[in-house]
Amino acid sequence: MSTEATATREDLVTVEIDGQAYQARKGQMIIEVTDANGIEVPRFCYHPKLPVAANCRMCLVQVENVPKPLPACATPVADGMKIFTRSDFARDAQRSVMEFLLINHPLDCPICDQGGECELQDLSLGYGRDVSRFAETKRVVPDPDIGPLIATGMTRCIHCTRCVRFLEHVAGEKELGGIGRGEHTRIAAYIGATIGSELSGNVIDVCPVGALTSKPFRFRARAWELVRHPAVAPHDCLGSNLMLHSRGGQVLRAVPAENEEVNEVWLSDRDRFSYEGCNSDDRLLSPWVRDDAGEWHEASWEDALKRVGTGLRTALGNGGGDALGILASPSVTLEEHFLLAALAEGLDCPNLDHRLRQLDFSDQERTPLFPWLGCAIAEVEAADAILLVGSNIRKEQPLLGLRVRKAARAGAAVMAVNPVDYPFAFPLAARRIVRPSAMATELAGILAALFATRGETPPPEVQGLLADIRPTPEQEAMAARLARAERPLLFLGMGALSSPWLATLRLLVALLAEGAGGRWGQLPDGGDAAGAWLAGVLPHRVAGGVGRERVGLDARAMLAAPRRAYLLYGCEPDEDFADPLLTRTALGAADFVAACTAFESPRLRELCQVLLPIVPFTETAGTLVNCEGRWQEFRAAVDPAGDSRPGWKVLRVLANRLELPGFDYLSADEVREAVRARVGDRTPRNELAPGAVDMPAPGTGLERVGDVPIHAVDALVRRARSLQATPDGQWPRVVRLAPEDARRLGLEHAERVQVVQGEGSALLPLVVDATVAPGAVWIPAALPETAGLGPLQGAVRLEAAD
Amino acid sequence: MGRLKAYLKSFMLWELLLGLRLTGRYLFAPKITVQYPDEKTPQSFRFRGLHALRRYPNGEERCIACKLCEAVCPALAITIEAAPRADGTRRTTRYEIDLFKCIFCGFCEESCPVDSIVETRVYEYHFEQRGEQIMTKDKLLAMGDKYEAQIAADRAADAPYR
Repeated sequence: MSTEATATREDLVTVEIDGQAYQARKGQMIIEVTDANGIEVPRFCYHPKLPVAANCRMCLVQVENVPKPLPACATPVADGMKIFTRSDFARDAQRSVMEFLLINHPLDCPICDQGGECELQDLSLGYGRDVSRFAETKRVVPDPDIGPLIATGMTRCIHCTRCVRFLEHVAGEKELGGIGRGEHTRIAAYIGATIGSELSGNVIDVCPVGALTSKPFRFRARAWELVRHPAVAPHDCLGSNLMLHSRGGQVLRAVPAENEEVNEVWLSDRDRFSYEGCNSDDRLLSPWVRDDAGEWHEASWEDALKRVGTGLRTALGNGGGDALGILASPSVTLEEHFLLAALAEGLDCPNLDHRLRQLDFSDQERTPLFPWLGCAIAEVEAADAILLVGSNIRKEQPLLGLRVRKAARAGAAVMAVNPVDYPFAFPLAARRIVRPSAMATELAGILAALFATRGETPPPEVQGLLADIRPTPEQEAMAARLARAERPLLFLGMGALSSPWLATLRLLVALLAEGAGGRWGQLPDGGDAAGAWLAGVLPHRVAGGVGRERVGLDARAMLAAPRRAYLLYGCEPDEDFADPLLTRTALGAADFVAACTAFESPRLRELCQVLLPIVPFTETAGTLVNCEGRWQEFRAAVDPAGDSRPGWKVLRVLANRLELPGFDYLSADEVREAVRARVGDRTPRNELAPGAVDMPAPGTGLERVGDVPIHAVDALVRRARSLQATPDGQWPRVVRLAPEDARRLGLEHAERVQVVQGEGSALLPLVVDATVAPGAVWIPAALPETAGLGPLQGAVRLEAAD
Repeated sequence: MGRLKAYLKSFMLWELLLGLRLTGRYLFAPKITVQYPDEKTPQSFRFRGLHALRRYPNGEERCIACKLCEAVCPALAITIEAAPRADGTRRTTRYEIDLFKCIFCGFCEESCPVDSIVETRVYEYHFEQRGEQIMTKDKLLAMGDKYEAQIAADRAADAPYR
């Protein structure tokens, strides 16, 4: 660890543990020294990632010249300290604590889900008595219902408070607490409340007993029956490491795999419970083909691939490669992205893209090799100023939000320029909550102020942007904080990446980072957004980031100028696109649409001619490249369900059928090596080549803020039943409007409103919400309720519903 | 001398007579052959025969799907799948013993925390169709219901030695 490397000689003390001398840093607790040296000290409440509580007393040890046993987790080492962890005195103390803990702990291990992986069960073997001396009745505590993810068995609770400390100190939301005293102590949520944190699943892991267990996994299997498979979560750009536990060819649960540089020891609920979607009723289990009469028939792979071949050939024959559009989800593996790009190349089709939720592509030529974070994930917590632009980081990348929170707790000034005052788990040092079109003006103001504080004149190419900008005091304060900071970071979230003025926002953020001497990063959606750029699923670059000779149509353009044929890969028309209405129109008008998808939906059946079943990440080998450029490979945890096949195999065979050369890969590893060879040692630079951008005209009407809810980001998550039942899965199906706009439009008391956006409209409940910027309307996207609307951001009209 | 004796003995069929003496003794001795199936040998209350799943007197099945029997089974003969029942309790959705694999060691019975899976005194059974050797949960519960009185009596008799 870095702290050890920087420890000087004066920081070190020598302690004697069980007769042997060890070096330790001053101020370290005894238990940290014993853990580092492999000496076993029993514990329940101590957790290396949580603050010390010292309330279970299980780690009592003997220290020379101290009359009483001391808790190892809360006793700092001192020079010359003599510690005995296994003396009769220490053992006696530990055994007595165990006896006290077992007084009220029920003997229900056979029906407890923790049985077999329970810390209390394990330690009671070593420190417990074989018979109880306690004849009185045991305490019984009612089990509260705290939501669809966590099952409670509070009678089993030993009051270690790990869950309370996790939610309060790590997740930043005080949702559990201890009430009552002594034997009446209970760990409880607020009355009638479910736990709403997007990281709540971690309390299942930290609970040393069976008081908090996983509800979807409840009673399904025992720890000893499960086979463990390392994997990588594909739902955000972090690529959290996880361990999939399977039994009998089914993934039954996911738990975090420790990786200090990515997810530490945590996992977001989305990554933890998304596996439920794999076994959903919507799984496409065999190829389906629609005949000329419009009837769907289950087909063999042979026939389905033949149909795709003829469909594509017919469309291409009419208009060359340009007649085809290929649209891929950013959440599939690098191998699939690469083969898709190679397939497009073989068909001479430059129209392929994975940036399905993006609206502005004007600066795509100037952007870095891939949309990266600007630094390593672990470096985020060391930043001293962070500016979030259009980012609800807490819900979009929950574990990155955790790092930002750590930075904030260490004193960093976290600031935000957002269209909605999102409820972050950390305090904001400054915020500008403005309508989407005004975000660029805000950034320009901060930039102008930054140049002013440094006494510089803006470079000529920027002067045009800053011409009419007069910084406000708030903008000056934010600029001052950025200028003061030594390691400032600026992030563009999905709110900025799906903005119609992305190019302007991106340039301003890059200039701000340059001016403040910091770094800037982007937080795109999808687990392989970076990989898709490296693999060349782009209209303007091929694999390895090399520019394309013939620039094709981007995701929006190929829908705005409809193609004859489309190939959809892992994405759904209603939910995964920036403009579902436009997508439906374009796909509906095409001669031929084929979809490779793990899940079917009525909409896919309506718009496609062929459905090819691919698999979710649990059933394929592959690689995901995360936002810091880390390549993380994994293998299939279970066999593909039904007749579905891993996507890379489907693409390979499809290319073989189309008689395209160069598709002879025998394994996902070979595909990955091919991408690696194309990428070489290229790494992204943290700068943006300057180019001409326009400032958005000041907005007048209402502007939509179309956030994608946390549990609606991809097809798999949308089918995870328990996640959909959480407050995060249920909550966002409303229109939120600022009070002043509601007053102005006379909608203060309206319960429902008709949202009109271009051709589309939707009837939705209205909530007047002061956290929404005036001029903005917060209408969630990627939900069935809002699938009838237009782009994620843009002009929108509200009408009173009668 | 020894050779002469041996010669005489063999000449007089001495060994045959010795053998016939034994035969004669058993001819008139009381018989120990058990005339199965008309007669049966006595059984210990620890006899390990065909399996059964027991119920509580109120009719509730005892098994709580802890899966200890499945884990302890040396022949991997037991297959259990569990899920929460409608009332939220932990129950098996599938409990099967493959009698072709079972070695009747009795470990399942030993490991059961609720005395649910037991081995009864039944040892007379046969299979006519492939698949009949799988004791399903229904069959096991039916066994338990049928022999509960005997099973309970046997557990009671064994209790002082445990």
